[in-house]
Formats: sequence, C-alpha cells, structure tokens
Amino acid sequence: MAPLPFALPFAALEVGQHLYWQLGHYKIHGQVFLSSWVVIGALLAVVVIGTRRMERDPSGVQNLLEFLWDYLRDIAREYIGEKAYRDWLPFIGTLFLFIFVSNWGGALIPWKLVHLPSGELGAPTADINTTIALALLVSLAYFYAGLSRKGFRYFEYYVEPTPIMLPFKIVEDFTKPLSLSFRLFGNILADELVVAVLAFLVPLVVPLPVMFLGLFTSAIQALIFATLAAYYIGEAVHEEHH
Amino acid sequence: MTSWLLLAEAGATAGSPEGGLFDLDATLPLMALQVVLLTFILNSLFFRPVGKAVEDREGYITTSRTQAKEQLAQAERLEADLREQLRGARLEAQKVIQDAEQDSDRLYREAMAVAQADAIASRENARSKIDAQRAEALGALKADADRLADLIVARLLPAS
Repeated sequence: MAPLPFALPFAALEVGQHLYWQLGHYKIHGQVFLSSWVVIGALLAVVVIGTRRMERDPSGVQNLLEFLWDYLRDIAREYIGEKAYRDWLPFIGTLFLFIFVSNWGGALIPWKLVHLPSGELGAPTADINTTIALALLVSLAYFYAGLSRKGFRYFEYYVEPTPIMLPFKIVEDFTKPLSLSFRLFGNILADELVVAVLAFLVPLVVPLPVMFLGLFTSAIQALIFATLAAYYIGEAVHEEHH
Repeated sequence: MTSWLLLAEAGATAGSPEGGLFDLDATLPLMALQVVLLTFILNSLFFRPVGKAVEDREGYITTSRTQAKEQLAQAERLEADLREQLRGARLEAQKVIQDAEQDSDRLYREAMAVAQADAIASRENARSKIDAQRAEALGALKADADRLADLIVARLLPAS
C-alpha cells in the first residue's frame, strides 16, 4: 500500500466519467461528439479525396474506395438479396465505415494528448449511447424495410412458419438491438480497458500484442454489426416462396 | 499496487453524481441523427459516385468483351474461309501439276513411240539394203568364182 514513488503520466483509468455539455434541458456527452467528429471528418476527407477525380483506371485512394465499395456491396447483396440491396447499401456501408473508423480511431489516435476538463476522448463506440443509437437505427431500418416492401404482410413474418413463433419473434425485436448495442459497446470498452490497465502496469512492449488483438476485434466487431444489420433487413424484406 | 483499482472505482462512483458506464442521455438521439446525416452524405459522396464508376466500368468491360468476342468470331470465320480457299487452291494446283505431268508423260511417250518407230523403220530399211547388197555381192562373187573356175579349168585341161 506504499504510495507510488512518482506520478505515472501514462494512464489513469477513468471509467464512466463524461464531459457534459448542456443543451437546453438536456445533457450530452461532449467527448463522444468530439471524437465522432474527428472520425466523421477523417472518413469524409478520405471519401472526398478519393472521389475527386474518378477515372476508369482507378489509382490511389480511388482504388481503396472501390475496394471498400465492393466489399460492402458483397455484404449487402449476400444478406439482403439481389432485389433490395441497392436501397440499403448506403446504410449498411455507413454503419460499417463509421464503426470501423471509430474503433480503429479509438485505438490508433493518441487521444491522451488532448486534455479535457472531465472524461477522456476515445472511440465513440465505447459509449453506450452511440451503440444504442446505432442499434435502434438498425431496428427502425428493418421495420421500415419490411413495411415499405411488403406492407402489412410484413407481420406474417411473425407467425411463420407457425403461430407458435409469435412470442419468440416479438422478443427477438427487443433482443436484436440489445445484443447489437451491448456486443459492440462491451467489446470496444473492454478492449480499451484492457489496453489501459496493461499500459498502466507495464508501459512498454507488453500492451502491444493486446493492442493488435484489439485492432483485430475492432474490425471484426464492425463487420459483425454491419453483417447482422444486413441480415435483419434481409430477413424483413425476404419473400416467402409458397 | 491496488491504488489504480481504487482510482478506477473512484472514477466510476465518485466524480459527478450522474456519471457511470450506462449513462443514457440526449447523446443517444443526437448520435442517431448524426449517423443518419452521415448516411445521406456518404450516399451522395461515396456510394453513388463509386457505384456509378464501378458499374460503368463493368458495363464497359462487358461491351468490350462482347465486341472482342464478335471480332474473334469474325476472324475465325475469315480464317476458316481462307483455309477453305487455300485448300481449294492447293487441290487445284495439285490437279494442274498432275495434268501437266500426265501431259508431259503422254508427249514423252508419243515422241518416244515416234522415235522408236522411226528407228525401227530406218533399221529395217538399212537391213534390207544390207541384205540386198550382200545378195548382190554374193551374186557377183559367185559369178567371179564361176568365171575363175572356168578359167582355171580351161587353162588346166588343154595341157593334159
């Protein structure tokens, strides 16, 4: 219990502290918005640079963007289906890109260099508000997709193949956003905590493998989120063949 | 060594009374709005232009490939045509050669036959001439011999 001989400048764990901004009657988490603006800015910068001069022979950033587009289209087409995927590709793609850049930005950008009066900057997806917002958007998206494509016949989905499924399918509508949001939130927060704790204990070298693992899980989480969103939308627009 | 744990706990519980990991507030709807906006912005800046570029290229590749296939088919047709023509020409040439060979053979045989006939004729001619001359010579010899014999007989007999 001896006090530390010197003040460690590397890491102090701050869990659940936020930089509050007052917005009318409501409070919002300033650090989440700050880091999300950085993330969105980086994303938009890459996109604007890459699409400035589109050529038939792609080069440089356009190549990267086309690779991403192709990758996202394959996800959307595989899970939503040939007929409806075009309408939902931007949504699925934006989810993937936003989550992916958020996760990697949280791990790769040296946020610690910026001092906030309270809380600390990090991946926007390490905040439960962000992940619940994304998950609720997915829920809205698949309801909207199903209703706009099939009208009220969408609700046949709840009693197929048999009406016994009705309670389970209703429960599913609640568990889908819950699992989506908590999976992403838990993984990213846990990754940041593990890295922070390791960096606190052994500041050199030792956290590196965990950081690489964190990058890996971050990418996987983005892929899982986008894939599940696409799968839910695909389920909603799927036509039963009688 | 437990100081960091205490510190973490202090961060989680103390600090501002409304803090915490599961602190839901207006961040949620604003973030949702932000992501929806980002979706529309990325749709117009990224998904539509890149999709258009990729699909234009796919279209270009498809039409180029169709054109190339057509050209290939045409070239193959032309090649088959030319091959057919070449075969015909070759056959024709062979026939011409064969004809010429037969012609020359025939001419050779004819000339040969004529020459042989000539040779035989002149040989027969010569032989008959020789025979005639020989017969004539023999006749002359016989006459000479008879004369000489008569002469001899006439010279010897009166002496006896």
